[in-house]
Amino acid sequence: MNEYMKKTDTYGKIWIWTAVVVVMMVPVMICLYYNVWPEATAVLKGLLGVAPIYWTVGVIEVITYTPMLGTAGTYLSFVTGNLTSLKAPSALNAMENADVKPGTEEGEIISTIAIATCTIVTTFILVVGVFALSLLTPVLNSPVLKPAFDNILPALFGGLAVVYVSKNWKIAIVPLIFMVAIFLAIPSLGSSVGIMVPVGVVITLGAARIMYKKGWL
Amino acid sequence: MNFNVNSTFLYIIAACVIVFVLAQSTFFLVRAWKRGKELGIKVPTMKKTVISTVVFTIAPALSILIGVITLSKFLGIPLPWIRMSVIGAITYELPAATSTANAFGISLSETITDPKIYAAIAWVMTLGIIPSIILPPILMKRIQGGMLKLKEKDSKWGDIFMTSIFLGMISAFLGVVFADVREGFSGWIPVFVLLISAAVMGIIGLFVKVFKMKWLETYALAISMVIAMAGAILLANLIG
Repeated sequence: MNEYMKKTDTYGKIWIWTAVVVVMMVPVMICLYYNVWPEATAVLKGLLGVAPIYWTVGVIEVITYTPMLGTAGTYLSFVTGNLTSLKAPSALNAMENADVKPGTEEGEIISTIAIATCTIVTTFILVVGVFALSLLTPVLNSPVLKPAFDNILPALFGGLAVVYVSKNWKIAIVPLIFMVAIFLAIPSLGSSVGIMVPVGVVITLGAARIMYKKGWL
Repeated sequence: MNFNVNSTFLYIIAACVIVFVLAQSTFFLVRAWKRGKELGIKVPTMKKTVISTVVFTIAPALSILIGVITLSKFLGIPLPWIRMSVIGAITYELPAATSTANAFGISLSETITDPKIYAAIAWVMTLGIIPSIILPPILMKRIQGGMLKLKEKDSKWGDIFMTSIFLGMISAFLGVVFADVREGFSGWIPVFVLLISAAVMGIIGLFVKVFKMKWLETYALAISMVIAMAGAILLANLIG
């Protein structure tokens, strides 16, 4: 690991541990300012309804997305969120357009630029949106636009898939058939697609390894 | 002290969090830009990355804003704003708020007026996402070290390994569009939207190759996404 990457890791750690403090300070400040401390049992009850799923997804996401996003990209993305709908696609798209490979230092640079830009733009849009909320709410909440925002993920992954699948169709074919079959067979899995991402990764890796060993790739 | 979900105090907290997020992003952006120049990455290439990302980000960011609007009905603006800026997503925040409200025996149908319930919701939302922030610094060295070893051992397999990770993720999101097809035409809308997006991307690719319109590449993903989203509106109207 060269000096830049080492420093990126160190700075990333400093920023992310600071983020932990910043995030934790939000409920602490609310409790201190309003002098209310909710019972631990109520918080635990609330947490019990969501933590088992979201903590599991959190662990899976860190393992799955870290190699894709690079060091700085990971530290940035896991603070700001929206990995599947924004950060990962923007990093992939940027690396593809710049013709750099993920896992290389050039890939790290382009991925970082894309994810940082993405975060700044999203934050800016949220700031503008919050201050113009009364104007924007009727437009964004209009029933006419609802189908568009409901289908943002297929709209995004359709385009992205063309680029990746056409270039690597041999690797893509097995996981694609598997995923279409599994979602057709068990439609309820649709609500937990995040959990299916690592399943897709494992299947792709397994199929790719076999094809690689046979000399098909 | 009077409690208000849209108090100045809560806005100040939100502003502090936003400043932190912007500072972190700017810090890494500037570092990457400088290093990119040192590595010989052309400035126009990096500029293209920024422009392409800006254009692409607008639609998903608006969808995140809708999340803030949805949550603001119960929690006011500052808390959803904070949560959607830091690791948040509507798919997590709404169930977290609902689950906590249920623990207090109330339903999340109107604005929270009890600061205790509001604070509890803030705690649940925060504690629920903590592993996602704590784990990257703990696991980073192992994951990146593993990837490095893999590449050193067999660079071709290392490249295939990375590609497979991407394709694994993409295949999950391609497969999920078929989850609702049994519901009839409305269930097929995501499939058609995906196909529209793919077709537009393919056409743009042709324009880039045949007519040498390389500049289109920068906007390709944003264009295919927006046209497919417009297609979703059209299809939804068709089925009334």
